[in-house]
Amino acid sequence: MSAAKATERKSELSTARAIARIYPYARAAMPRIGLGMLAALIGALVALFIPQVLRGLVDGPLSDGVLAAVWPAVALVLALGVLEAAMIALRRWFVLVPGTHVEARMRNDFYNKLQDLPVAFHDRWPSGQLLSRVVSDLGLIRRWLAFGVVLLVVNVVTIVIGFAFLLSINWMLGVLFMVCSTPLWIYGYLFEKKYSIVARRSQDQSGDLATSVEESVHGIRVLKAFGRGGHALKNFASQAEDLRGTEIEKARAIAGIWLWLLLVPDVTFALSLFGGAFLWLNGDITTGGLVAFFATATVLRWPVESIGFLLSMTFDTRTAVDRFFEVMDEVNTITDPEQPVSVTDPKGRLVFEDVHFRYQDSPARYPDLLDGIDLAIEPGETMALVGLTGSGKTTLTALATRLYDVTGGRILLDGVDIRDLSREELRTHIAMAFEDATLFSASVRDNVLLGRPDAGEDALAEALDIAQAKFVYDLPDGLDTRIGEEGLSLSGGQRQRLALARAVAARPEVLVLDDPLSALDVDTEALVEAALRKVLAATTALIVAHRPSTVMLADRVALLENGRVTAVGTHSELLATSEHYRFVISSLEDEQDDSRVEVNA
Amino acid sequence: MSMTGVDGEDRNDLTKEESRRIRQRSFALLRSLVKPVQKKVVLTAIVVVLSTALQVSGPALIGLGITVGLPALTDQNWMPLGIVVATYLVAAVLGSVSIAWYTILTAQLSQAMLLDLRKRVFVQTQRLSLEFHEKYTSGRIIARQTSDLDSIKELLGNGVNQLVQGGLYMLFIAVAMFIVDWVSGLVLLASLIPLAFLTRWFADRSEKLFRETRVASAKLIVHFVETMTGIRAVKAFRKEKRNEKEFAEHVEHYRDANSKVIQVFGLYDPGLMLIGNVTLGFVLLFGGMRVVNGELGIGLLLSALLYTRQFYGPMQEMAMFYNAYQAAAAALEKISGVLEERPTVPDPTGPIDLRQARGHVTFDGVTFAYNKDRVVLPSFDLDIPAGQTIALVGSTGAGKSTLAKLISRFYDPTEGAVLLDGVDLRKLHPKDLRRAIVMVTQEAYLFSGTVADNIALGKPDASREEIERAAKAVGAHEFIESLPNGYETDVNKRGGRVSAGQRQLLSFARAFIADPQVLILDEATASLDIPSERLVQDGLQTLLADRTAVIIAHRLSTVAIADRVLVMEHGRIVEDGAPADLIGGTGRFAQLHAAWRDSLV
Ligand SMILES: Nc1ncnc2c1ncn2[C@@H]1O[C@H](COP(=O)(O)OP(=O)(O)OP(=O)(O)O)[C@@H](O)[C@H]1O
Ligand SMILES: Nc1ncnc2c1ncn2[C@@H]1O[C@H](COP(=O)(O)OP(=O)(O)OP(=O)(O)O)[C@@H](O)[C@H]1O
Ligand SMILES: [Mg+2]
Ligand SMILES: [Mg+2]
Repeated sequence: MSAAKATERKSELSTARAIARIYPYARAAMPRIGLGMLAALIGALVALFIPQVLRGLVDGPLSDGVLAAVWPAVALVLALGVLEAAMIALRRWFVLVPGTHVEARMRNDFYNKLQDLPVAFHDRWPSGQLLSRVVSDLGLIRRWLAFGVVLLVVNVVTIVIGFAFLLSINWMLGVLFMVCSTPLWIYGYLFEKKYSIVARRSQDQSGDLATSVEESVHGIRVLKAFGRGGHALKNFASQAEDLRGTEIEKARAIAGIWLWLLLVPDVTFALSLFGGAFLWLNGDITTGGLVAFFATATVLRWPVESIGFLLSMTFDTRTAVDRFFEVMDEVNTITDPEQPVSVTDPKGRLVFEDVHFRYQDSPARYPDLLDGIDLAIEPGETMALVGLTGSGKTTLTALATRLYDVTGGRILLDGVDIRDLSREELRTHIAMAFEDATLFSASVRDNVLLGRPDAGEDALAEALDIAQAKFVYDLPDGLDTRIGEEGLSLSGGQRQRLALARAVAARPEVLVLDDPLSALDVDTEALVEAALRKVLAATTALIVAHRPSTVMLADRVALLENGRVTAVGTHSELLATSEHYRFVISSLEDEQDDSRVEVNA
Repeated sequence: MSMTGVDGEDRNDLTKEESRRIRQRSFALLRSLVKPVQKKVVLTAIVVVLSTALQVSGPALIGLGITVGLPALTDQNWMPLGIVVATYLVAAVLGSVSIAWYTILTAQLSQAMLLDLRKRVFVQTQRLSLEFHEKYTSGRIIARQTSDLDSIKELLGNGVNQLVQGGLYMLFIAVAMFIVDWVSGLVLLASLIPLAFLTRWFADRSEKLFRETRVASAKLIVHFVETMTGIRAVKAFRKEKRNEKEFAEHVEHYRDANSKVIQVFGLYDPGLMLIGNVTLGFVLLFGGMRVVNGELGIGLLLSALLYTRQFYGPMQEMAMFYNAYQAAAAALEKISGVLEERPTVPDPTGPIDLRQARGHVTFDGVTFAYNKDRVVLPSFDLDIPAGQTIALVGSTGAGKSTLAKLISRFYDPTEGAVLLDGVDLRKLHPKDLRRAIVMVTQEAYLFSGTVADNIALGKPDASREEIERAAKAVGAHEFIESLPNGYETDVNKRGGRVSAGQRQLLSFARAFIADPQVLILDEATASLDIPSERLVQDGLQTLLADRTAVIIAHRLSTVAIADRVLVMEHGRIVEDGAPADLIGGTGRFAQLHAAWRDSLV
């Protein structure tokens, strides 16, 4: 996403080819865009035709002094003028609305693609970069489709036809005009090179800025707690200043092309006036011809001037398209199988077979984070997973629902490799409660029934009951209370209980709970455990645990150590046999501390 | 109803009075942005006046060349024509150079204003209290700082440029027109009447529609941000399909709002063209008649015609940027609303100096409620002497975090006051306050960036040694060293690169390095394994020797390092005493502690 990478990519495709990639989205709009161009072209031709009428008028009635003959010419000019306006209206009507449809389609696709891409992608991509793509870049593409491309094509064609008119009025003047304007084309070409690099950098920097904004908002509690608003501002300001630098550089490039776009026509006008006078003196051109020549050249001025702006817009759009497809081209590594099988009679037997996993960015010198996990959880069994911080517990739970895919070995659900199931089905069988609650700003009801939106009130009440989350009935609007963003208007323990209720409400065959009781006080924890036991009697469960109290929920405990499950057994078995287990879970010293307190007392 | 700040942002039924107030507000904001760059504005204005005047001289010079230069040529006198052409060339060079200069100047100007605005919104966002953030949601505040600022950038970058230049251009043309031929000048002036009506109609229609697009786009951003933030839960609970539908609705809404704007514009633009072309016809009519009567030179008629065409040319461009103007105006309204918000936790006007706090915290008759109808802390008194370590326990939702948030002044009490060393927190300078009191929140938020940066957030000027010392003190050094790039490893957005426990250790190290006099730990060890927790506690014991600390924890092991235990239920302190006394007693804590002890085995 750096500017260097952008230039590197840039050489791969020409601007036209790069932009052409949006064709599949624009296809439906193409006929209308084509018609729009046609209308615009007719409009332009009409505009070019007006000077011809003037020429006839000047050389005819005006020189002859016949007043009556002026009327039809004026009427003709008026008619042409109305026609031109009508054509513009038609162009607008044709192209404007389809542009918004293309934008909407691209936006939906982009969003769906992002939802589909694996978590690993989201780990890697700063959110602001995604946001700036879905908002600014797509808006740019729409505007380009709605007038950028239309005007670019039409104006270039108008210029060409206009030149033909100029040539027809007087070929020498016409040639003079064309020769004089060549520097424009050369500069335009150079401009593309210079401009598109800066354009890309500016868009990337905007994305980075958006990321900073996003983090400064989401991390506001930390920034406030440490009084680091000023510090964040410094970073933000320096990024914003970089962006400003880039924007000014961009403006310099634009100023350069403006200079030529204005200078060249003006110089050409002056020279043409001189040449025209010379020709006129020799009788090679009439006064009407001169009038028509300049009137035509004036009609051409705006198309010529607009080229600079249209080109920069086109290059911006190209960058936007590149950035859009950078995401769309991402290969999704976690997909549904071609022919998904189905677990017909789900029992919830979850088996890890020689499972290996390493994160993408893990250096080769490191062993796999999960280095051959073998673990079988029988239907209805509750297995606790215990291990040190960073040992890979969360990672292991994420594998079971294919938030990540194993890099070796396989995971079986009731004998079926989970990669042979559709993700939809897999995630119906397995429900999770994450270690951070991740709630959405929706009603309590919607949050709890996230995994089973069609469930009734009973199921909802039961789940809330099990998670000891009855506090929701006391909220201002009860179950319909909208909980604030990410649930941050609830207390930590309330959030966690809702997340637990959410997993339970899904009524899956397998429950995966990542440290589900960490934010609960001892009493509530005991209540939740008692209630959970009933559910767990019939459900297979994998529960990540840091505390002996949570371990108590489980029938058996698996100890994760150096990427392997080194011991499986009941809590007391492991306490007796595994030194590492004692180290991880035993609170021996705590008890000593307590006894010390007691002694003091 | 008086409306301030962000009230009414989503409303579409603002009264005239309210709209006017909002407009005034954004106008005031604009003025305040221009103020610091006034000098440059003046320079820019001079340059643009100059360059426009030079450009406008073109058609007059051509007309002059034909009217005066040509007849002179028949006498073999090349002088008049030579002078005209030479003047034209000089004007062309000066005109285009000044335009280029103007382009760069406006870029510098607009970027300076934009940077100013960005910083202001950023600062304001940081300044606003959590209460605001919770109500307003992050998506919306992000939208303000991204897409809305984009619209303003669009306007400042291209729009103003075009509008000013176009406006001047029209003015000068009108003047030139009167000089060249006053009758044509009158015709042009008359055409302004329908123009004014058309513009009025457009402005009225589009203003409301534009506001609608801003609302729609903000909703879209909110949905987008929330999905990406909660992508794991979205996947695990199969919310993709439902999201797809919801997002598509937002997209459609935005698309329709946009289409409506564009359609209105699609009528305005051709309308302009029509007026322009009809005017052209009338200029031709009146001019032609007078040419026939010998009252007007043909060359001057040509000038008048060229001017008419050029008068309406920029109008269209300006109309295009009127779009940008409207979008920016709508955005500015929203931004000015955010800027107008007064933080409910305001900085003091005459802060009391407290360089070196001792750390004596007092709650004096504090009442607190998040929402008026539900009091969380009813009438609360508490005195924490300097240097005391307090363990705060109690069931979930009791109000422990709330208490912590009051000490760190995330919120202000509804009644009563929280005092530090006898000074109301509301009277402390934020710098002093944040230096003295630091809280580790229940949610361990990390920013994308390196591990070192994240720790250094607690003390921005910390050296590498200090950072490592802090990491060692909380037992994080080891795992950091094992990351691919050690302290320089990027933790990714929200610290997704490291495990939950590791995140907590890093937030802990962050507080450690900040070295405050009062330290508040809200469940700061909840996700840690027991060995790490033990290490942290050892670190704490040394750290807290001469500091005030409030430690909130459900794992009662913390009690070991506390001087005093507070038990909280339903917003009240129900027990208060030395740990040993309470454990030995028969109260709530004794019971909690016994339950906890049982849970250990
Ligand atoms: N931002 C908020 N807006 C509205 N209500 C809130 C907000 N934060 C907390 N509450 C409510 O205030 C009460 C106390 O919450 P608080 O976070 O202080 O509890 P706590 O004692 O820290 O609990 P826990 O142990 O679960 O973290 C709860 O009922 C909670 O729902
Ligand atoms: N997205 C990621 N990319 C790269 N490495 C990661 C990623 N997420 C976690 N890790 C690393 O993988 C290891 C295991 O992380 P994981 O979150 O699975 O630990 P855990 O056992 O759940 O720990 P905790 O008890 O603290 O939650 C950690 O060392 C962490 O730094
Ligand atoms: Mg974990
Ligand atoms: Mg809390």
